[in-house]
Amino acid sequence: MAHEATMSPLAHADDHGGEHHHETPNVFGFWLYLMTDCVLFGSIFAAFAVLRNQYAGGPSGKELFDLTNVGIETAILLFSSITYGFASLNALAKNKTMVLVWLAVTFVLGASFVGLEVNEFTSMIAEGNGPDRSAFLSAFFTLVGTHGLHVTCGLIWMVVLMVQMMGPQDLSERMMNKLACLSLFWHFLDIVWICVFSFVYLAGVM
Amino acid sequence: MAQAHTAHDGSHGSYSAYLIGFVLAVILTVASFAAVMTHALSPGMALAALTVLAVVQIVVHLVFFLHLNTSSEQSWNLMCFIFAAASVIVIIGGTIFIMHDTAINMMSR
Repeated sequence: MAHEATMSPLAHADDHGGEHHHETPNVFGFWLYLMTDCVLFGSIFAAFAVLRNQYAGGPSGKELFDLTNVGIETAILLFSSITYGFASLNALAKNKTMVLVWLAVTFVLGASFVGLEVNEFTSMIAEGNGPDRSAFLSAFFTLVGTHGLHVTCGLIWMVVLMVQMMGPQDLSERMMNKLACLSLFWHFLDIVWICVFSFVYLAGVM
Repeated sequence: MAQAHTAHDGSHGSYSAYLIGFVLAVILTVASFAAVMTHALSPGMALAALTVLAVVQIVVHLVFFLHLNTSSEQSWNLMCFIFAAASVIVIIGGTIFIMHDTAINMMSR
C-alpha cells in the first residue's frame, strides 16, 4: 500500500495497466447509449402520462392490475440486481466459477420476471384487454413491453457472455469490459422498473 | 488480494455496498407499495409520496449499484447523466403541461 501511494498516478497506471480496471472508452460509450435509452423511456413515459386516463369505455388500471404480481416482479428484479452485483465482484476477484453461478442465478431471476410479465400480458389480451382496447392500454403495453423487451435482450446477452467466458476469453480485460457494460444495462433496467411500478402500476390503482 | 480489493472499492463497490443498497431499495419499495395499498394517504398525497420515494430509490440505485459518484474519474459519466435527466424532465414535464393545456382548451374532458 505504502509503495503504491508514493508512485505517481502515471506510473501507477502503467504498472497495473492490465489488471487495474479503469473506466474504458467502451464502457463510457455504453453509458452514453444508456443515456439515450433514458430519453427513449422518458418519451414513452410522457406518452403514458398523457393517455393514462383515456379508457375509451374500457377497463382502468384499478380493474386490471394485480399488485401482488407486480410486487413479486419488483422483488425478482431487485434480487437479480444484487446477484449481478455479486457476479461483478467475483469477476474482479477472478473467480470464474462463482461468476458463472451468479450470472446463472441472475438469468433465472430475469427469465422468471419476463415469464410473469408475458403471463400478465397474455391473460389481459385473452380477456379482450389488449393494446387495441384503449389509448391507455396502448400506452401501457408499449411502455411495459419496451421494458420487458430490454430485459429479454439483457438475458440473451447474459447467455452469450456466459458461453464466451467458458471459452478462450475467460476473464480477460475484454470480457471484464463486456461484463461492466451488461452490469450497467441490467442495473439501468431496474431503475426504469422503479418508475414503471411507481407511476404505472401503483399510481394506476389509486 | 487485499491490495486489489482496496483499489477496486471506489468504483466497483463491495459486498457491503451492494447489501446496503439492497436494504435501502427494499425499504423504499415497501414504503411505495404501503403508501398505496394501505389507503392511508389521499390520492394526491400518495402520488407525491410515490414520486419522492421513486427519486430517492433511483439515487440509491445509481450510487450503490451503478457506482455513479462525483469523483473526477466519473465526471463525464455524471455530466452525461445530468444532461439526460434534464432532457427527460423537459420531455415529460413539457408534454404533460402542453397536453393538459390543450385538453382544457379543447374541452375534450
